[in-house]
Amino acid sequence: MARIDLRTLAHSYRPNPAGRADYALKPMDMTWRDGGAYALLGPSGCGKTTLLNIISGLLVPSQGQVLFDDEDVTAVIPEDRNIAQVFQFPVIYDTMTVRQNLEFPLRNRRVPEPEIAARVAEIAEALHMTEDLPRKARGLTADAKQKISLGRGLVRQDTAAILFDEPLTVIDPHLKWQLRSQLKALHRRYDFTMIYVTHDQTEALTFADSVVVMHDGEVVQVGTPEELFERPAHTFVGYFIGSPGMNVLPCTVDGRTARVGASEIALARAYAPRNGKVELGVRPEFVRVAPAGAGAESGGVPVRVTGVEDVGRYRIARLRLEGHPMAAILPDDARIDGDTAAVSFDPAHVNVYVDDHRVEGEA
Amino acid sequence: MLTLDAVSSVVDGETHIADVSMTLEHGTLNILLGPTLSGKTSLMRLMAGLDAPTDGRLLFDGHDVTGVPVRQRNVAMVYQQFINYPTLSVYENIASPLRVARLPKPEIDRKVRDAAGLLRLEGMLDRTPLELSGGQQQRTALARALVKQADLVLLDEPLANLDYKLREELRAELPRIFAASGAILVYATTEPEEALLLGGNTATLHQGRVTQMGPTLEVYRRPVNLITARTFSDPPLNILPVAKHGPTVSADDGTVVPLGERIAGLPDGRFTLGFRPHELSLRPSDAATGVLSTPGRVAVTEITGSESFVHVEALGQRWVALDHGIHEVSPGQTVTVHLDTRRCMVFDADERLAAEPIVAAAA
Amino acid sequence: MQTRPVNQKAWFLVLPVVVLVAFSAIIPLMTVVNYSVQDTFGNNQFFWVGLEWFDDIIHSERFHDAFLRQILFSALILAIQVPLGIVVALCMPKSRFWTAVVLVLMALPLLIPWNVVGTIWQIFGRVDIGLLGKTLFSLGIDYNYTQDPIDAWVTVVVMDVWHWTSLVALLCYAGLQSIPDAYYQAARIDGASRWAVFRHIQLPKMKRVLLIAVLLRFMDSFMIYTEPFVVTGGGPGNSTTFLSIDLVKMAIGQFDLGKAAAMSIIYFLTILLLSWVFYTVMTSSDASDRKPRG
Repeated sequence: MARIDLRTLAHSYRPNPAGRADYALKPMDMTWRDGGAYALLGPSGCGKTTLLNIISGLLVPSQGQVLFDDEDVTAVIPEDRNIAQVFQFPVIYDTMTVRQNLEFPLRNRRVPEPEIAARVAEIAEALHMTEDLPRKARGLTADAKQKISLGRGLVRQDTAAILFDEPLTVIDPHLKWQLRSQLKALHRRYDFTMIYVTHDQTEALTFADSVVVMHDGEVVQVGTPEELFERPAHTFVGYFIGSPGMNVLPCTVDGRTARVGASEIALARAYAPRNGKVELGVRPEFVRVAPAGAGAESGGVPVRVTGVEDVGRYRIARLRLEGHPMAAILPDDARIDGDTAAVSFDPAHVNVYVDDHRVEGEA
Repeated sequence: MLTLDAVSSVVDGETHIADVSMTLEHGTLNILLGPTLSGKTSLMRLMAGLDAPTDGRLLFDGHDVTGVPVRQRNVAMVYQQFINYPTLSVYENIASPLRVARLPKPEIDRKVRDAAGLLRLEGMLDRTPLELSGGQQQRTALARALVKQADLVLLDEPLANLDYKLREELRAELPRIFAASGAILVYATTEPEEALLLGGNTATLHQGRVTQMGPTLEVYRRPVNLITARTFSDPPLNILPVAKHGPTVSADDGTVVPLGERIAGLPDGRFTLGFRPHELSLRPSDAATGVLSTPGRVAVTEITGSESFVHVEALGQRWVALDHGIHEVSPGQTVTVHLDTRRCMVFDADERLAAEPIVAAAA
Repeated sequence: MQTRPVNQKAWFLVLPVVVLVAFSAIIPLMTVVNYSVQDTFGNNQFFWVGLEWFDDIIHSERFHDAFLRQILFSALILAIQVPLGIVVALCMPKSRFWTAVVLVLMALPLLIPWNVVGTIWQIFGRVDIGLLGKTLFSLGIDYNYTQDPIDAWVTVVVMDVWHWTSLVALLCYAGLQSIPDAYYQAARIDGASRWAVFRHIQLPKMKRVLLIAVLLRFMDSFMIYTEPFVVTGGGPGNSTTFLSIDLVKMAIGQFDLGKAAAMSIIYFLTILLLSWVFYTVMTSSDASDRKPRG
């Protein structure tokens, strides 16, 4: 396994990119730690697949370098990069048995027979597929096929990193949990560098130690799931992670108080007044809803209630604060009577954004 | 009103749909929930008249429409794949069912623009589908289904190929858009979470049979049998087989499960407890009685930023506990998990619901 | 138990096809069957002769020779056109423009009427005026398809390869186009050789179109008539007299209707049998996959 460095990497699908808008991938520097579990999260068209293809070598970047353990591999073809990849739709060799599928990458590299047998047996055991070895791969279920795809990457001793391109798309929800926890266990056992591309926040967050959020060809934040959740660096991260996403309300700040229209909201830190687009971000999970008027002494702000959705485990209250739509998550036994209420925010979890970027206040 | 009366479908000796009876009212949203190959698409094809049932009858507003082909019935269907006429503009795509119906031009124009407005496609009417994003392509397909003013609108996993956030957006809009049309809306999905967010009625499918149908939350909270509970749980339902002797209920290793008065009326014998991950916690419960606390070995933890999924092995079972906040527990570690047994569903030896969970919201 | 409701109306939809097939196939076939068991001396007088004609044909050396020639011809055609078609399909250019150009060029021979194909090659190969014949002659190669049986065979086979290989290539190309990119990417990452990619990805994915190609080319080549008839007329001697040419000689040249009818039936059954064999062999691995899973 290897550490992967990207140096001033950028890519454009146009031959002569003029402005920033022509770049599918805007210039970036990044390091992927050896043995790290990374998720590359973002909506379609954000450049995550482009980045993945550059790392795997299927695409040569228009500028910058890719280094595996300090060795420049920018121009090296995929088969010589020792990368394994699991695709969105299972790729297996139809005519072969499961065993032959797993042996295939080793056979191609002329590994001695006894070693092939030992590796395949070990990996099949790790994948819980020992019994399936003699079976034709074609007849297997989608999740078993994805495990074989992964297995073909794992059997090689020299694999530098394993890339996953939305590998759970065609898997049923129930099996997703199983497959994901198996994958986590495998990662712990073999400690491979793993880059997992997805648009699904749950998958990204539950899977990775470090999540790379991409938006419009740029990396907007790299962080642990906790950081992304509690301190989104960009309003896009707040919106994209969490369901419903973070509430973003236009405001003005002065010291430890933010004003949304006529309502005042307490902040944990002090902020100097700012120019530009100033917004306040608070996740629905950190919004408390109390009966109308009840919150006056505890800093409650009046809101209009436009709806409450019961989604079984919890409820989502749809609110309007000074006319701005926002959401709050309530426990499943909470009730709201009438169409007005008061909300209060946990000051520690209120973030301030200037022109979409989070700013740190002073203690 | 669409009524299915003991409908079955057998193709090449394989049962696709077995003895399904249900009634769908105008203006309702009906969800078919089940894993891949559980019969959702087969059932929709029967409802549409694309296939004729082997057995049973279909009644539309009291008229027998069994075997009446789809063209003679006013049905609209939207699929998981984005299906549009690739060479026609978005405008012509939406207008196509109206042109077939030979509506006057001004009326077509009005309806197309109304539908485009509802689905936020106003600016794209002159483009062809291939120039649109996936979400916009699916909006086009939905707009076409909408203008048709069909009596029956069938949506077969319409959001499955969309990005997570787009899915969230369209999912919120869909019921509202079709509510005004008075159509019977049928929506197939594999994801329990999606059913809960959509609301309406849910029919759970398993191997071609409808295991339960009713208001979505009702089915979620009071599944009539174990298979319905399993189908309607994501992450998967946790299970604990127990035996009842007089007033004591115990697991196979002798651990007493404090189910209290709820099971007093039940006969002695084997039962299965079913509980969803959010009923199982790593935090001690504040409930005074009815809590089962048992040691478990951590297999995997998954952290979403606001919540943690902890996979534990306890009492010989593999469970998932879902807790608020971040729980950094490492695999192999022993923890104590707490189960509020009031929230457990109790199933008898025939896997039928024997005792309902006590739902907080009902209190 | 209720029985499955049967919609009788469906039969009306099938009726036109039944009528059409009856007139175009079943009735002529029955006439041929009728002829095959009768003899006639003209004047519309027919005698019942039972299976005598079949007996005659099966023991006739002339039929044996024509039959063997036919088998050899079809075997050669399949052995050349199928691999060649696959190779051509694999070598198709990547750029859209050139793909279109090549596709049009390849479709050209398929659009030419069969007798014209024959005439083209008949002239093309002539030693006195044909481009091919003259070129070979001037290179010192003793080529003359009207006198040398081997030359005649080569001409007929090359002509058929020229005429029909594009069909196989087009079918294979369509099959190749349906393989998702991920398969090639995965194979590159697995370090698969060009041959392994072909053997384990392209060939299995092309299997269905190859089945169609093999069946079409087999049936067509087994029934070939027009082109060799125009080029060689079945000669020199009987060296390119294939079954259909022999059949026509017998029926029209000698007016041996009974014998020709018996031969037609044997011919027909042979094609049916061999096509079935091809089909069964090529789909056998599919069937074993479909067995219920353990």
